[in-house]
Amino acid sequence: MIKVFLPYKTRKLFDLPVEIDAEGNNLRNLIEFLDIKYPGLKQELVDDEKLKPTISAVIDGRTTRLGLIQKLDKVSEIHFLPSIAGG
Amino acid sequence: MSDNNVRKVAINTTINGQEMDILVDPYVSLLETLREVVGMTGTKEGCNDGNCGACTINIDGRIVDSCLVLGVEAEGKNIETVEGMATPDGLHPLQQAFLEEAALQCGICTPGFLVSAKALLDNEPKPSEERIRHWLAGNLCRCTGYDKIVKAVKKASD
Amino acid sequence: MVSKVKKSEYKVIGTRPIRHDGYDKVTGRAQYGADIKLPGMIYGAVLRSPHAHAKIKNIDTSKAENMNGVFAVMTAKDLPRLTDKQRGNSEESGSEKHLSENVMALDKVLYKGHVVAAVSANDVNTAREAIKKIIVDYEVLKPVINVDQAMDKDAPILHEDFIGDHLGKKVKNTNIATYNRYKIGNVDDAFKKCDLVVEKEVELQTVHQGYIEPHSGTAIWDEDDRVKVWTSTQGSFTNRDSVSKVLSLDVSRVKVTPMEIGGGFGGKIPVYLEPIAAVLSKKSRRPVQLVMSRTDVFDASGPAPGGKVIVKIGVDKNGKMLAGYADIRLEAGGYPEAFIEAAAKCVFSCYNIPSMDIEAYDVLVNKPSSAPYRAPGSPQVAFATETVVDEICKKLDMDLIDFRLLNVAEKGTRTALGPKYRKIGLKEVLEAAKKSDHWNSKLEKKSGNGKVRGRGIASGYWFNIGEKSAVNLSLNMDGTVILTEGSTDIGGSRASIAMQAAEVLGINAESVRPSVVDTDSIGHTDVTGGSRTTYATGYAAYKAAHMLIDEITSKAAKIWDISEDDIKYKDGIISSRTDSELNMTLREFADQNPFGPVVSSASVDLEEAAGGFGTHIVDLEIDPETGKTDVIRYTVLQDVGKAIHPSYVEGQLQGGATQGIGWALNEEYFMSDDGKMLNSSYLDYRMPIALDLPMIETVLIEVPSEDHPFGVRGVGETPICPPVPAISNAVNDAIGTRILSTPIKASKILNTLKSM
Ligand code: FES
Ligand code: FES
Repeated sequence: MIKVFLPYKTRKLFDLPVEIDAEGNNLRNLIEFLDIKYPGLKQELVDDEKLKPTISAVIDGRTTRLGLIQKLDKVSEIHFLPSIAGG
Repeated sequence: MSDNNVRKVAINTTINGQEMDILVDPYVSLLETLREVVGMTGTKEGCNDGNCGACTINIDGRIVDSCLVLGVEAEGKNIETVEGMATPDGLHPLQQAFLEEAALQCGICTPGFLVSAKALLDNEPKPSEERIRHWLAGNLCRCTGYDKIVKAVKKASD
Repeated sequence: MVSKVKKSEYKVIGTRPIRHDGYDKVTGRAQYGADIKLPGMIYGAVLRSPHAHAKIKNIDTSKAENMNGVFAVMTAKDLPRLTDKQRGNSEESGSEKHLSENVMALDKVLYKGHVVAAVSANDVNTAREAIKKIIVDYEVLKPVINVDQAMDKDAPILHEDFIGDHLGKKVKNTNIATYNRYKIGNVDDAFKKCDLVVEKEVELQTVHQGYIEPHSGTAIWDEDDRVKVWTSTQGSFTNRDSVSKVLSLDVSRVKVTPMEIGGGFGGKIPVYLEPIAAVLSKKSRRPVQLVMSRTDVFDASGPAPGGKVIVKIGVDKNGKMLAGYADIRLEAGGYPEAFIEAAAKCVFSCYNIPSMDIEAYDVLVNKPSSAPYRAPGSPQVAFATETVVDEICKKLDMDLIDFRLLNVAEKGTRTALGPKYRKIGLKEVLEAAKKSDHWNSKLEKKSGNGKVRGRGIASGYWFNIGEKSAVNLSLNMDGTVILTEGSTDIGGSRASIAMQAAEVLGINAESVRPSVVDTDSIGHTDVTGGSRTTYATGYAAYKAAHMLIDEITSKAAKIWDISEDDIKYKDGIISSRTDSELNMTLREFADQNPFGPVVSSASVDLEEAAGGFGTHIVDLEIDPETGKTDVIRYTVLQDVGKAIHPSYVEGQLQGGATQGIGWALNEEYFMSDDGKMLNSSYLDYRMPIALDLPMIETVLIEVPSEDHPFGVRGVGETPICPPVPAISNAVNDAIGTRILSTPIKASKILNTLKSM
């Protein structure tokens, strides 16, 4: 099981706790798993079969650059966050 | 300008030791004259209103913001710009010191600082840190915090 | 993955060679944005709105069109209409429509200086005369110029058609573009358990990046619908993306050649003039150049968001932080994006706090659309947090550094946004601060001349984005190496990138010649920003250098007819492990190699790296007669991971601190009630000059990053975060009261002293 942390606003919209358990061998499958558990959740994270540009996925402290094809091997935590503009 | 009948003026001036005749519109600045007429873009424009020093040049031994001087005022004058600092033998000691001390980051302010600092060292070979900071107060640098610029000028004076 | 170079063996890294591009820059030969002159080039000028908020009813360009010397006139009608589609992440966000309308207003102007039309003419003065002949009929609206006005329920609305995102809810008729929240732990309960809770509100005025080189754009639109752009930008590929979006062209039809860049600090990521130059060129069938005036730069580019930040921190009686709350309201300007996510990420970044609640508002106001400015969002929130920390220490009578060490964030600490830190070096920074000469020197509170003195300390943080970079290498016949890359060089990055390749190749820094090339000549490289260049492009150079060694090895093996495994490459010498007779220098190899040119090409797309932390100490002297404040001593301590070229690392620390000093003491957009900046010149927008400052002492702490083979961390942005609170804390130390709004200028100090 992987601990998933969704953005506060997504948690509020779907009335979810801070941490939820999910599984999947890659990010796409994990999001599909979540969408079955919480219908409509996928739409918050994915657009056009890509991770939304406004969302980043931090996997055990590292922001993935691979998007939905990111493999999830021995992963314990995933944070979905609003992506951050920098200078 | 096309809508009125202001005529260009012929002037004779010396830039970095080269005497030349040029034609300038009477309303353009010396900065614009150097950059657009003579084609020397080493002198930079940061503000065009005399407040940044990026356009500093030396006219007859005095430093001036070339954006505040008209091109026609160059008549009969001796002008030095950053392009005239190095010689076939190599860089001016200030240029060398700026490189060695990493006194530039983006480098847009560098020509102005070099021309200003050269005028200082030409007259006062051993300025104090305080004096250098005072002298360079008319030159803005947004990148370096001035530390390494002051050190480079000091180094070149040693 | 390629092997790491052992730290003790560094030959190039950590040395201070002369930067490769330095000669051009000290002789005036280097070409910046406005220095490019193309054959047949004509000049453009833009007409800007005199109003901060108005509807455009009509634009009459006929008089300008008929003027002698005018080639073309354009308005926003000449640009394709774009949708609300969101653009990529992390560099320049916002919608395509907003991107286009910020370049040129369509039906509404949202800040004074907003471009409404443009002209090209045979010289710049004619173009400037021509724009005066364009008649615009405005319906002037009431502007909102700060977060309080903008969030008022009766506020005039900037974008009638815009839908705000308030915690996922779509909200119409609002100036709050985004309201977001971050929460971990049970914050309410945690605050109840605290023995001391301190809350402070700070206010910040808008400031500008202040780069000395104004924006420019030069373009040719040719008959094959290909657009060539020459510009001063922090990212030629980002610029290409933006130009192609505004013009609705495929990216491959746009080629951006980056000129040398005269400062950016985040402000040269957006596009302003390039698409206009392109359209004018299409209409004029000539290359067109546009350059901003300094007033334009202030009025219509940058700035960094002002706003209000509230921070509340609760501690137990031992000083351990238990809970934190922040309310962050930042000005986005005319279009969304005030870096509130970054602000939220940074607000409690220096501390280990179990429960945190952060609310953040991205607020539209009638000011130029804000651009990143060195650690965007972080200095604003550091001001509030570090003020609260200072106050807690006073109340608990705890040492300012010991308190910070007690609560320090380190590897494994959970951040406010959720993920845990990897290896970071704030603890090492604070320990170095504690031992520093500055901290241990005594400051006389009163100087002989009636002035009062104070000392302040503050910490700050910025993260370190990764993203895409590409590097090509090729071996010259003389054994030197050509390196081409796409990261525009604002502060010596060519050198720091070349040095990383040189280190791997075992040759000196001068033997690697770096060039920054155009977008047709290198793989996609993201902006010089986010403190990423030395980290990510340096990483690509490291990879490319290893690949070049592989090429050399395989070709040398063929020359000697031995196995590749038998080849040893070290310090630019190729030899056989088994036959001591067989060895040659890189130069000898390059000269005799018959197997084709030796080249390599590498790219990376890196994850965000663990960021950099800094702590600044400042001593001030205040003249109670005039309120004037002088910085008399300043020390920057920062974890830099590994300093590739220490001089340029120090330069980043000194330059960033100086910008922060300006932000703290002098700089502000001084606005009239009708939304006009009244001080849009360097005379009145007072940036620090040489005379204002002491030497800025730097202490480089090297806690290598786990994410880079040499341990590089981005260093450029962190140093602007601590100065505002450090100076505010020092002012409090000197005069016994806090001034919690920037700038802490002489008149404010004087008024505060009078009212005491
Ligand atoms: S351009 Fe002349 S002083 Fe700034
Ligand atoms: S080096 Fe950039 S302005 Fe001085």
